[in-house]
Amino acid sequence: MESQAAPEPQSSSAAPRGAGVAPVLLAASGVSKRFGPVRALDRVDFGLRAGEIRALMGENGAGKSTLIKCMTGVYAPDAGEVRYQGRAASVGSPREAEALGVSTVYQEVNLIPHMTVAENICLGREPRRRWLGGCIRWRRVREKADAALGRLGVDVDPGREVASCSIAVQQLVAIARALDVNARVLILDEPTSSLDRDEVARLFGVMRHLRSQGLGIVFVTHFLEQVYAVSDSVTVLRDGTLVGTLPIAEVPRRRLVGMMVGREVEDHRPSADANAPGGPPRAEILRAEGLAKRGMLESVSLRVEAGETVGLAGLLGSGRTETARLLFGAARCDGGRLRIAGRDVRLRSPRAAIAHGIALTPENRRTEGVVPHLSVRENIALAVQARRGLRATLSGEESRRLAERYVAMLRIKTSSIETPVGQLSGGNQQKVLLARWLATEPRLLMLDEPTRGIDVAAKSEILRTIDELRQRGMSILFISSELEEVVRVCSRVVVLRDRRSIAELEGGELSEAAILNAIAEHQPANGRPGGGDA
Amino acid sequence: MRSPLRPIGEAFWSVRWPLAALALLLAFNAAFTPGFFALEVRDGRLFGVLVDILNHGSRVAIVALGMTLVIATGGVDLSVGAVVAISGAVAATLVAQHGAPWPLAMGAALAVSLIAGVWNGVLVTVMRLQPIVATLILMVAGRGVAQLITDGLIITFESPPLAYLGNGSLLGLPVPVAMLAGAFVAFGLVSRRTTLGLFIESIGDNPPAARLAGVPDRLVVLLVYAVCGLCAGAAGLIDCSYIKAADANNAGQLLELDAILAVVLGGTSLAGGRFLLFGSVIGAMIMQTLTKTLYMQNVSADIAPAPKAIAVILVCLLQSPVVRERVRRMRGGGGA
Repeated sequence: MESQAAPEPQSSSAAPRGAGVAPVLLAASGVSKRFGPVRALDRVDFGLRAGEIRALMGENGAGKSTLIKCMTGVYAPDAGEVRYQGRAASVGSPREAEALGVSTVYQEVNLIPHMTVAENICLGREPRRRWLGGCIRWRRVREKADAALGRLGVDVDPGREVASCSIAVQQLVAIARALDVNARVLILDEPTSSLDRDEVARLFGVMRHLRSQGLGIVFVTHFLEQVYAVSDSVTVLRDGTLVGTLPIAEVPRRRLVGMMVGREVEDHRPSADANAPGGPPRAEILRAEGLAKRGMLESVSLRVEAGETVGLAGLLGSGRTETARLLFGAARCDGGRLRIAGRDVRLRSPRAAIAHGIALTPENRRTEGVVPHLSVRENIALAVQARRGLRATLSGEESRRLAERYVAMLRIKTSSIETPVGQLSGGNQQKVLLARWLATEPRLLMLDEPTRGIDVAAKSEILRTIDELRQRGMSILFISSELEEVVRVCSRVVVLRDRRSIAELEGGELSEAAILNAIAEHQPANGRPGGGDA
Repeated sequence: MRSPLRPIGEAFWSVRWPLAALALLLAFNAAFTPGFFALEVRDGRLFGVLVDILNHGSRVAIVALGMTLVIATGGVDLSVGAVVAISGAVAATLVAQHGAPWPLAMGAALAVSLIAGVWNGVLVTVMRLQPIVATLILMVAGRGVAQLITDGLIITFESPPLAYLGNGSLLGLPVPVAMLAGAFVAFGLVSRRTTLGLFIESIGDNPPAARLAGVPDRLVVLLVYAVCGLCAGAAGLIDCSYIKAADANNAGQLLELDAILAVVLGGTSLAGGRFLLFGSVIGAMIMQTLTKTLYMQNVSADIAPAPKAIAVILVCLLQSPVVRERVRRMRGGGGA
């Protein structure tokens, strides 16, 4: 039904045709933006030519979205200027930017789900009659939608309800809508983050098709391979400053990763003897083989032994959090095998994982971790009570003792155990979450970004606690975007990239450089069968 | 060492605003409504305006207790009025038309109400309907079910045990008051002495966090709707007992709104989370006192909702954090 008329996607990098002579469609020079004390953008230059696909990359807080918002009129830059097809203009809203030929499609598709494809494409700018009170000319709406979709080279029935289309098609509809205003520049903000491989290929086909029509495309993504598959050039930002803009053919992966994280990635080859087995084999707590879920994770394999701390490392969007959620039953996997203590299991819910002795402190402490209006005591007791069920209730005295013990042990700073958790600082909230799960005495404790957004002192206390727990025989799966922490805490690290586990490092071969090297070096297994979305 | 009285002190402190509102209302009546506080004992039973308020307030309060738990999970139950009608219809029809013994009639009425509650719970937890939509179904359809049971007639009955619920007395007080007291103690014990209260509050306050902590969220929510149905069923028995008849059309009319209002007046947030059972009882009594006050001040029943609305708005404003913050700042500004 939705066939693809666009050219076949090819992984060979397309040479930028006449990039030197094509007109500059969108240019920013010396753009700065501050939010209070935070310098979000510092004198950044940017230039996009017609017929160019430009990847925009950078880790969290690098300034990608601030730059986009400065160029599309969401923010007014504090300094510098933005030129649209050569003309300087101060743009006050995304609508004005659209009028100047710059359209943006955001990560979350902004469509009205229960309206048709055609209605969505024309929403807010429906062709109207000049008489009869400006009635909408429905036939023109359809024609316009047909033309917009035809321009993309996709075949979608304009009369179809958007909610019934796949996310990939919705993405294409959003692009069609963006292009309907005679856009010359298309900004795609992480368009592939919830697409599977085939859908990504289809999107890339459309992007190449648009490039051949002379459009300029800004492509924001975290997926390294996609950058090499489709872009002509790449701009890297870090901490609000421009690291560089280079033709993609001139940037090896290692250098690109180095530009993003801000340090050289040396050619790090571990010595062979570092692999020597140290100590007797330990009991295996958990083993995942090819864990997968459509649109979330492609293939992750890892194992955790008793009393070891295993790290999950990878760039933003590489599948770290997704792995933890699948291992905790918060999402159900649709591929791969999971063994816990030697037995095959299927986790249908967090309750099932908890019953197997697994615990998870989620990445997003506020929205998924603490229960803000409940007290420290209640927050700590929650998981223990949940594990015991409705009948075997902790007495008030027991829960107080439990709370007091962990408040003392983890040095949680709170005026009393009856204080609502929402009033505590981020670091202390994190400790409360840690206490909640330690109280259940788990076999495997998974910590997703346990040190994010907390102060240095609390950070080092949490890291020390993790090490103490490991020494007492608990297994820990440690997830952090700070490689330094991962290397410090973990005895073994599984490296993820583009939603796959690509390497495992341990012992003497484990270092920040080695992790970065693994991320940069790894070649994608093109066309390998059983790619995870079977 | 914690004093054993401390929880009781805390319970009173947390409902200080609703209590203040109730006290204000009573003070108004002490000044302006003659005979409001008059009590007399006849046949070993108390009579008086206050007793009336307690009696009729108890019926709403029992429903409000169940509603409190539902609201604490972040939901709402609009069907309680309809369930009251169904419960009354079942009991009256069984006694009057089928000659069933009263325990069977009451048991059947409560069982049907429980099923109605479970139905709501299944729609919310399994079918994932929004609570307001899920319970709207039974709110609209339930009255039809009650009509079906009574064949569209008002069924009167002669059954002293069933009539005792609404008209008898226990320890000098009307039976509904004793029922409320029993329900309140049971609710208090179950929600504070077991984990249920903690689970309900965590689900209402942060649903994903509760789920990730392993709280059996669906089971708890299902249970809460079931209990709410049961409470409505008990109120339905009282309701039909008052008039010794089942009136499918009018029994429990707009009771869902009274119950929700009682919960809100009692200080439980409609957003879910922390709940105050005692507050909801006070809230129900505030409403009943207000109704009675207006009646005794000869405000006609037609315009009574207007002053009632004003009083309700005042109580809600009293509890609004924004207003309290303003008042505090104004006071601070005046002092400086």
